[in-house]
Amino acid sequence: MQTDKMAMTFIAFCLPFLGALVAPVLTRLLGHRAAWPLALFPAAIFAHFSGFLSEVAAGGVVTGGYAWVPAYDVSFSWLIDGLSLTFLLLISGIGALIVLYSGGYLKGHPHQGRFFSFILMFMGAMLGLVASDSFLMLFVFWELTSITSFLLIGFDHAREASRRAALQALVVTGGGGLLLLAGLLVLWNVTGATQLSLLLSHGEAVRASPFYLAILVLVLGGAFTKSAQFPFHFWLPNAMEAPTPVSAYLHSATMVKAGVYLLMRLNPVLGETTSWATILPVFGGLTLVVGGVLAIRQTDLKLMLAYTTVASLGLLVMLTGFGSEHAAAAAALYLVAHSLFKGALFMVAGVIDHETGTRDVTRLGGLARLMPVTFLAALLAALSMGGLPPFFGFLAKEEVYAALEGGNLAAIAATLAAVIGNALMLAVAFAVALKPFLGPRVETPKAPHEGPLLLWLGPAVLAALGLGAGLFSGVVHPLVSSPLATAIAGKPEAVTISAIPHVSLPLLLSAVTVALGIAAFLLLDRARAAADRLVLTLGWGPDRGFDQFMAGLVRVSHRLSLRLQPGLMETYLTVTFVVVALALLVPLAWYGEWPRLPIWPADAQFHELAVMALALAGVFGVLSAKNRLNAILALGIQGFAVALLFLLFGAPDLSFTQFMVETLSVVILALVMTRLHLQPRDSRPLPERLPDAAIAIACGLGLSLYLLKVTQGRFDPVLTEFFDLYSKSIAHGANVVNVIIVDFRGTDTLGEIAVVMTTGLAILSLIRIRKGFSGTAAASAARGAEKVAKERQP
Amino acid sequence: MNTVIFRTLAPFLTALMLLFSVFVLLRGHNEPGGGFIGGLIAASALAIYGIARGIRPVREALWFHPMTIAAFGLLLACIAGLVSIFAAVPFMTGLWIYPALFGVEVPLSTVMLFDFGVYLVVVGAVTSIALALEREDI
Repeated sequence: MQTDKMAMTFIAFCLPFLGALVAPVLTRLLGHRAAWPLALFPAAIFAHFSGFLSEVAAGGVVTGGYAWVPAYDVSFSWLIDGLSLTFLLLISGIGALIVLYSGGYLKGHPHQGRFFSFILMFMGAMLGLVASDSFLMLFVFWELTSITSFLLIGFDHAREASRRAALQALVVTGGGGLLLLAGLLVLWNVTGATQLSLLLSHGEAVRASPFYLAILVLVLGGAFTKSAQFPFHFWLPNAMEAPTPVSAYLHSATMVKAGVYLLMRLNPVLGETTSWATILPVFGGLTLVVGGVLAIRQTDLKLMLAYTTVASLGLLVMLTGFGSEHAAAAAALYLVAHSLFKGALFMVAGVIDHETGTRDVTRLGGLARLMPVTFLAALLAALSMGGLPPFFGFLAKEEVYAALEGGNLAAIAATLAAVIGNALMLAVAFAVALKPFLGPRVETPKAPHEGPLLLWLGPAVLAALGLGAGLFSGVVHPLVSSPLATAIAGKPEAVTISAIPHVSLPLLLSAVTVALGIAAFLLLDRARAAADRLVLTLGWGPDRGFDQFMAGLVRVSHRLSLRLQPGLMETYLTVTFVVVALALLVPLAWYGEWPRLPIWPADAQFHELAVMALALAGVFGVLSAKNRLNAILALGIQGFAVALLFLLFGAPDLSFTQFMVETLSVVILALVMTRLHLQPRDSRPLPERLPDAAIAIACGLGLSLYLLKVTQGRFDPVLTEFFDLYSKSIAHGANVVNVIIVDFRGTDTLGEIAVVMTTGLAILSLIRIRKGFSGTAAASAARGAEKVAKERQP
Repeated sequence: MNTVIFRTLAPFLTALMLLFSVFVLLRGHNEPGGGFIGGLIAASALAIYGIARGIRPVREALWFHPMTIAAFGLLLACIAGLVSIFAAVPFMTGLWIYPALFGVEVPLSTVMLFDFGVYLVVVGAVTSIALALEREDI
């Protein structure tokens, strides 16, 4: 039974990827109606993980997995507690609705199948991310969400803005992922744990470690970029270039919460230190206020929502770091509430865009009568976002204010940030949900009417859930909120807040927030103008900073490559041979290990001396040759003489190979010379040739001295004896050289012949490029001449 | 290089050298020789043919592109290494069989197959470079 459940869970993690495989085929067969069968994938996952609710609510933690690389203690394992389970249910549940919504939204799009495929892949990555127990899996899925979001944001790849937004999101979140990897490696080094479940018991050791601050900065680098915290918030609004289902799914309900998830997951390990309790609330609070102000400034429905998402993420980060009694509970409630209402509102914005042809809030109005279901969904979601009773958002906000209660300066500052941020978000929520629907009818590019079932189902369900969860908080809290808060705090937490208002400071703050929010909503145009002025006065922002950074990066790397790769053969050769000479000579000089002068062999035979004389004659021929071809031939003579020496001194294999190599070198060198159209002789003046000569002499001298030194050392016969003993007996070959090549070191040879082949391919393509290059150069020169001729004509 | 004698003799020389290269390849396990040397001899043989008759006849005689021959050699070498999977021994372990052909015991081995692979890679790679360098108009 236990193994069955484990296998089922494993299958649940694989299901989205299977869905991604079949999505294009299904879409080709069924068109946009493929959304229905495809939604079954996330629905099945949702159903599977719902089965864990009772166990987790009772305080249980579901773990499981398989050993992957046991030698390195790497496993494919998952950890499902209140935090993971909430995320899993949100991802799969909202995912099912999003798939249906995409079916309606991208109906008739030529690449709808591809879109389904991407979004299911993303879902798989996200599910893996929040359930991962092992660090490696966490990192892999983390980067996989970045990559799939790159594909989704850049889905409309023909537009430049999409491509830029996609690249920006990838650079920011992918770069943050690398920081996270470094952070995880340091954590692993400090604790020896490769799994989150083991790490959770090492909190003390991590906080006491001298590397604590490094870990904190690296992990926060990952989390802040992913969750769009100030000053990395800029990529999120730009990501609104993506089709609306992507914005609703990735950029409100799931992916951007991955950073928050990580902070919540590590809160029991890294939390409760001064730096944690300072950095998180400061950045979170700043993000909250900046996001709110920037949201007010926008007129595009999606951008307004995007900036409030930034603000909400700031609030979540602030709460996670705040660490007071109710903070975990507040973060838990707000997390769930935000996913529900923000997902719904994004989808509403998409429906409006789809049906009217515009998302500009100033060009919309009076749609309530024409789109009643959408209006109802928008209204419910907005009331939850505004934090009005009895919606779930109200509960969350009450708990937030309760968490921030406190007499000290930090608490007052945080409360102030929360009140301002919440009021601005309420104003935006009302602006999104009311402005397009109420008031006089405004002409829109398309004649609006209610969207089809596929379009309004998602927002309606999510908005209704926001209301239902608020009304029946007695059921929701023990099942979801309390286990979630427990996992965030790292100790048992019970969430009890209900929708029935009771007189207290939080209620008072709520009333202030609502009043401020409604005031901001009523004065929206003036507030927008004020925010706009503020941003324009500042001028520079991180978004432009990103462009400057990228441009600088390209410039620097361009200059660097020009410096390192000037494209001059002469430079490469000079550098290579100077390094060779230095590598040979410097160690000898440094350690004073010069070889002894060799003694003249008394028993040298005449024919041996003759062969040596031949080699010397070859060298002399190279130096005195009148033209290059003669020099190449003379070099061949020298090589043949050396081959003869090998033969005389008992190395027939070596000699054999040397003969062939020399022959082919002469042939190929001669061919290269004719192809490169070199002049028959080197006509440079002597002063230019001297440095080359010096390098050549240094190389030759270095190699000679080195060989002398090596042969004067004591010869270790271990290998000789080994191969003599075993070559025939176990490898069935008498030729030791060949047996080594094909048997003892066969894998080396396999690598070598692969290199030979690759080199051949490279040379072949270089020669081809040269041919092609001269062709195109001539062609372009001809075109240029033609153009000039045309321009000259009157 | 364009003497009549050379042009007449080159095909015979090439055929002889190619035969010799295979001989060197096969004897390599016990006497001086082997895939590398055999491959180099074969490549020089083809170079001689190319110098004497031009590269078009060489390409026609080879039938396959030299790089294809090299790739096939690499494939052979990989297969030779992978045979050991079926004997449940590590990659590249040499395996020998001794079938009797016409009453003569012939030792065959994965090592030999591997050496064939080396031979073909060397022939293919060197020949393709040499042929690419030779000017088409000669």
